Amino acid sequence: MRINPRLIDRLVRIGLNSQAFFTVAILVAIVAIICVKGAPHLNLEFIFSSPQDMGRHGGIFATIVGTVFLVILSLLLATPLGVGTAIFLTEYTKESWFTKTIRFGVESLAGIPSILYGLFGFIFFVIKLGMGWSLMAGVFTVTIMILPTIIRTSEEAIKAVPRNLRIVSYSLSATKWETVTKVVLPSAGPGILTGIMLSVGRAVGETAAVIFTMGSSLRLPTSLMDSGRTMAVHFYILAREGISMEKAYATALVLVLSILCINIIAYSIMNRVTSKYS
Amino acid sequence: METKIRIEDLRLSFGKADVLKGVNIDVYKNKITGFMGPAGSGKSTLISIINRMIDFEEGSRITGKVFIDDENILGDEIDEVHLRRRVGTVFAVPIPLPRSIYDNVAYGPKLRNRNQRRELRPFVVESLKKAFLWDEVKDRLNSSALKLSGGQQQRLCLARTLALEPEIILLDEPCSGLDPISTAKIEEALDKLKKDYTIILVSNNTKQIARITDYAAFFYMGALIEYGTTEKLFTNPSEKKTEDYIQGKFG
Repeated sequence: MRINPRLIDRLVRIGLNSQAFFTVAILVAIVAIICVKGAPHLNLEFIFSSPQDMGRHGGIFATIVGTVFLVILSLLLATPLGVGTAIFLTEYTKESWFTKTIRFGVESLAGIPSILYGLFGFIFFVIKLGMGWSLMAGVFTVTIMILPTIIRTSEEAIKAVPRNLRIVSYSLSATKWETVTKVVLPSAGPGILTGIMLSVGRAVGETAAVIFTMGSSLRLPTSLMDSGRTMAVHFYILAREGISMEKAYATALVLVLSILCINIIAYSIMNRVTSKYS
Repeated sequence: METKIRIEDLRLSFGKADVLKGVNIDVYKNKITGFMGPAGSGKSTLISIINRMIDFEEGSRITGKVFIDDENILGDEIDEVHLRRRVGTVFAVPIPLPRSIYDNVAYGPKLRNRNQRRELRPFVVESLKKAFLWDEVKDRLNSSALKLSGGQQQRLCLARTLALEPEIILLDEPCSGLDPISTAKIEEALDKLKKDYTIILVSNNTKQIARITDYAAFFYMGALIEYGTTEKLFTNPSEKKTEDYIQGKFG
């Protein structure tokens, strides 16, 4: 029997469409549940007041502060380190056993469960270096955890910049560093940003590695040596210990909304920057 | 007649393949010199040595000497970044940088003027005029260079090279992908430019070589077969191979 190729085409299209729809539907369902369960308990007071009675009452201000500091400080460390490593691997070395080893290491690190990073951070930063449960130990641990993602995505983004653009830049009397900063990085920008945003998501949502290193104190962290709690950890503890499901969902809603905001802001900044280069 | 570039016994090999087999040639100042020859004759490789862009090809081995104004540019003490300001290049495929028309032309001068804040605009305008592109882009200097047509992009690349204020301009088959009208504009520009620059034009198009060059060199299999005034090569070539190539019997 001969199958009509147009029929196949149509079936494939229907199949792919429904797969895409299914994916989006799951996402919408999750967000919808969080909204429905969390929204009634979300108000300004919840955001700006401190938790009381283990989080049973009051708000989540201390955990918002903890999250913001953890994410921003980790990114400030991991971004230059990761992008720098990617530039080194792509522009400043030739393919050799050395780069292959680094790349293999990075890829392996990216696949390690976060609890292992937590254990390492606990043993090394918290105990060996004597930092105790602190924002600093958390920042270092999360930095190490997100580094592989930033390196890999940056490397792919940099590799995707056409070689011709580099050649043109050199022919116009640019040095290597000028070519990297003026031609390569602007073109690779959106790809690098994607890696950074993935890392933000990972850092914001991380629980295991954070509990082990930053602890879970509900007090407002005021120095790098203070223990603290992130929103994700707060959510986990509230839900797991059965302290308050209402507060847990409201926390989750704040978490989801802030990730959404960060994404929107980051990409609109990126659009403004890249429009100059297109 | 003043010699601008003197090439002495230049050899280049990639592994076991000899790409250039001992080339000797004098290129004269303020003339357009055409390099022609079939694919694989080594003509493009030759010009990529003159501005040291060959450095970016891995595995090449070069011997011999290339003098620009009596200075051997293959010597160790040569600063190749400085050299590429003196020797500008226009590639076969126009490759605008992904930024505005203005920024494309200003790219080279900005690098050079890191410290002194010279007014660049008149200079950019002048370069665009010399490349015969100004009238077509004067109202949209800040729009993307990627939106220009192929012919305009190639003239933009020429303007960008001129903005380096080079002494020598190398053009590697600059019209190979262009329509006849764009080609004519480039040729017109080159004809005006030769009084200030030394120009080497690599081309597969023998008619173009005949039209606009003063001197012509014919390469075959990595060797210089014949070199002389364009008139001599095209009316009375000494070598049978040259004659056959010009008449289109091979190539």
